[in-house]
Amino acid sequence: MKRTMIALAAFAMGTGAAFAEETAPENVSFDGYEVAESLTGVPGDPEKGREIMTNKSAGNCISCHAAEAYADVPFHGEVGPVLDGAGDRWSEAELRGLVVNAKMAFDGTVMPAFYKTDGFTRLGDAFTGKAWPEGEPVTPLLTAQEVEDVVAYLKTLTE
Amino acid sequence: MKAKLLTGIAAAALAFGAGAAMADEDAELVINGEIEIVTKTAAPAHLDGALDEIMSGWRFRDDTTQAMQMDDFDNPAMLAVEDALEIWATADGSEGKSCMDCHGAAEDMAGVKPVYPKWNEAAGEVYTLQMQVNDCRENRMGAEPWKVDASDALAMEGLLSSVSRGMPMNVAIDGPAQSTWEQGKELYYTRTGQLDLSCATCHEQNYGNMIRADHLSMGMVNGFPTYRLKDSKLVGVQSRFKGCVRDTRAETYSPGSPEFIALELYVASRANGLSVEGPAVRN
Ligand code: HEC
Ligand code: HEC
Repeated sequence: MKRTMIALAAFAMGTGAAFAEETAPENVSFDGYEVAESLTGVPGDPEKGREIMTNKSAGNCISCHAAEAYADVPFHGEVGPVLDGAGDRWSEAELRGLVVNAKMAFDGTVMPAFYKTDGFTRLGDAFTGKAWPEGEPVTPLLTAQEVEDVVAYLKTLTE
Repeated sequence: MKAKLLTGIAAAALAFGAGAAMADEDAELVINGEIEIVTKTAAPAHLDGALDEIMSGWRFRDDTTQAMQMDDFDNPAMLAVEDALEIWATADGSEGKSCMDCHGAAEDMAGVKPVYPKWNEAAGEVYTLQMQVNDCRENRMGAEPWKVDASDALAMEGLLSSVSRGMPMNVAIDGPAQSTWEQGKELYYTRTGQLDLSCATCHEQNYGNMIRADHLSMGMVNGFPTYRLKDSKLVGVQSRFKGCVRDTRAETYSPGSPEFIALELYVASRANGLSVEGPAVRN
């Protein structure tokens, strides 16, 4: 909450410092599997969230999850549950936790952690098959704001 | 908190769990109207607790792709097999010998493919079929070895596979091969890359499910080398592994590495009981 205020204040003052208020992956604070605080303090954009979820080069959630809500995009996966109604089933804090690191909620789940930068085995450089360059800071699958956008879209998936 | 989690998932599973139907679950494969292929059978004992039944990747392909494998005239991989028949009979290397000089007709090699990868006593390591072929080339023919999954190597493997079609995969996992097999098993279940997925997450836990536009099979190797329509050429087992590992956003192993040799042995053993059907057709 406090973080949000600071970020909003920074935003309002036009200092452009809002970015600096992002919570880094290693600093995300979980309460159980929930993450109550926004990662950026900037409200998520559901339209962008939809784009991220259905785009192969972004979140690519669609490769595992189907939903009526994005039925216009072809080829929905069946590895994870159908996401229609996810906005009813889960609170915002729960959804944020699921996207950041679903393993906190579901032990050993197939679902990748989208905002996490450590603890990998043989981390590669995207889909090149080569090792992640040594010494380079690891980038999470989604940026903090992209997580917020996805959460905002998931909130709209009500029945 | 926990109860809530379970409810959410259970509800979703109930409502949508029935969607994972296979392309044609009951189709049977008979090649050229005469070679009967076992594409579904009881899992080998070492898979107790993991799988009850094993199925060839053929079962998961669409009708058109399935049909291409039912007649050698429609199977584009058979062109490579014809090339290999010529290589089989052609002398190469400093010794001036061909494969045929030592082994006779290619058909006489029926029964070789189903037991590879296999422990090689002289070398003191597990050999894939391609390694055995290279051993012959280097040590008996005085010829250059082929690179792993190079087109000649795959064509020859395809020929050796084609003469064993219909015979059950029967790879040995005990004796001196056991430690290599254990290493392969470990690799099979290790989650890798930024997506943190293992072979098992896709091919044991999710076979039959769609992952985007791909229908996940059990990742069996009884059809290798396979002609991939997407690549318009034969693909080797270890190159296929490389593609799958890369898709987890991981640093892959290289074809020919000890890790992939071990993994090939292990994955081949998961297909024990299915018929050899290579060179198969996949999309
Ligand atoms: C590789 C597969 C995979 C990918 C990719 C994936 N998920 Fe999941 N997801 C799962 C599975 C499997 C579950 C079910 C949890 C379990 O039991 O393991 C799940 C569960 C969920 C749930 C809770 C299920 C519900 O509806 O009640 C949400 C929400 C969710 N995922 C959102 C996402 C979003 C958003 C993305 C992309 C940013 C994503 N997932 C990407 C596999 C995946
Ligand atoms: C992200 C999901 C994913 C992972 C992880 C994965 N695979 Fe695959 N694999 C696929 C897809 C998709 C295909 C193509 C469709 C099919 O046959 O399942 C495939 C195909 C295969 C095939 C060809 C099967 C045939 O009949 O032609 C083999 C063999 C295979 N995988 C083995 C492996 C092994 C071994 C690993 C681990 C090192 C692995 N896969 C990891 C997705 C995956």
